[in-house]
Amino acid sequence: MPVPEDRRYLKSHEWHKAEGAVVTVGITQIATDELTDVTYVKLPAVGAKVSANAAWGEIESVKATSDLYIGVSGTVMEVNADLNNNPGLVNSDPYNAGWMIKVKVADLAEFNALLSAADYLKATGHD
Amino acid sequence: MLLRTPFYDFHVAAGAKMVPFAGWEMPLLYRGIVEEHHHTRQAGSLFDVSHMGRLHITGKDAVPLLNLVLTRNVAQQRIGQSRYSLVCNPAGGVIDDVIVSKDVKNWLVVCNASNRAAVVKQFTAVRDEKSIDAQIADQTQTTAMVAIQGPKVIDELADVLPVEVRELKRYGFETGIYMMSRISVFRSGYTGEDGVELIFSAGMVDRMLKSLAKRMLESDSIIKPAGLGARDTLRLEASMPLYGHELNETTDPLSAGLQWAVDLSKEFIGAEPLRAIAQRGPSHKLVGLELAERRIARQAMPVLAGNAVVGQVTSGTFAPTLQKSIAMAYVDADHAVEGTELSIDFKGSIIPAKVVNMPFCRRVQPG
Repeated sequence: MPVPEDRRYLKSHEWHKAEGAVVTVGITQIATDELTDVTYVKLPAVGAKVSANAAWGEIESVKATSDLYIGVSGTVMEVNADLNNNPGLVNSDPYNAGWMIKVKVADLAEFNALLSAADYLKATGHD
Repeated sequence: MLLRTPFYDFHVAAGAKMVPFAGWEMPLLYRGIVEEHHHTRQAGSLFDVSHMGRLHITGKDAVPLLNLVLTRNVAQQRIGQSRYSLVCNPAGGVIDDVIVSKDVKNWLVVCNASNRAAVVKQFTAVRDEKSIDAQIADQTQTTAMVAIQGPKVIDELADVLPVEVRELKRYGFETGIYMMSRISVFRSGYTGEDGVELIFSAGMVDRMLKSLAKRMLESDSIIKPAGLGARDTLRLEASMPLYGHELNETTDPLSAGLQWAVDLSKEFIGAEPLRAIAQRGPSHKLVGLELAERRIARQAMPVLAGNAVVGQVTSGTFAPTLQKSIAMAYVDADHAVEGTELSIDFKGSIIPAKVVNMPFCRRVQPG
């Protein structure tokens, strides 16, 4: 299953897309296929600090509850409030409408060190 | 090495996501758990339940053996009747929940896949200890079993099945000949919907799938396959207990609200401690909870009254039909009354939950 080339990944299935100093975070379709129907995403408050490789939220599906991670440190600028009423967006459109948080980062070094699409697929055994 | 049911090739061809379950490789889902759930409530679904244990009990003293092992009195059960029952340990804890059916030449006990060995062991140990004249034959791998469930199932299958399925009572069954093989048709299931469960020889699966394909397996068929994921959300909405969640060796059937399946006036393994529990009343009870938020409560999460822990979640889901988060939990008897305001501890987040009547979801009775 291909994943978008224009972003970077954690092995725990989060994608990160940088636009200037703002990094948008969501989870891959490989993850949503594993979770099955998503029923709830616990989002942080705008203004909350997040740290690289620390959990910032939770995702619940019919099958399981999992922590959500991020590969960069920064401040939450925006959260996808549409997920409160329609968490299924994570299943139906994980790379666009199913985005979760936008984080402002101090520098992009952490982002650049994350896995490329090919390395993510290799690291998760999907290559 | 996981076991495979005779439907394995069918599951793979239908695009199922296969998962290990109780030693078997089973379909979790085909199209999506929620979609399969809705389709079952609106039309009909085919569930492969061949992993469930099927034991034949025969012999002169089959009835005394069944009556010692099962909580229900089978002496009055007639041919063509099925009954839900429990198998208990000497302390009154639940070894398994089963369906026992009286056929012409044998009794059939359908048990959970995860407990098949324990149930066989219990029947065999009691038979040997009491020198009872009865035989126990495990037919699980020589037969296949499917559940076809949903409001349109009976109309869809009435002219195909070799018995008068419309005449069958709930928990009644009949055996007929279908494509030159015996097939038993049970009016029962585990989804809260009307429907049938079928048992037939494992060698008949391919022929059956071919002949029923038009009705069950094509893109415009009314009946579509559904997996274990939907089976769980459906049974939870219907408030049916699942072994390993609501039932286990340290819970008893009375606390689980299953007193209707326990005949304390007869002798059976576990009867004595259960009589004591019945006399003083269970100290904790299985209740239904409706959560104030759409989060899913998971097994073992603490249930609180104020700050005090008064119980534990056994199962939870976001109910697709009700569009509400529901759970089952054991709570102290004082907090088990309908309307009691409790809460669930989600790793530090406290979510309000109210005790509600079960079943959460009741099917529309056919007029």
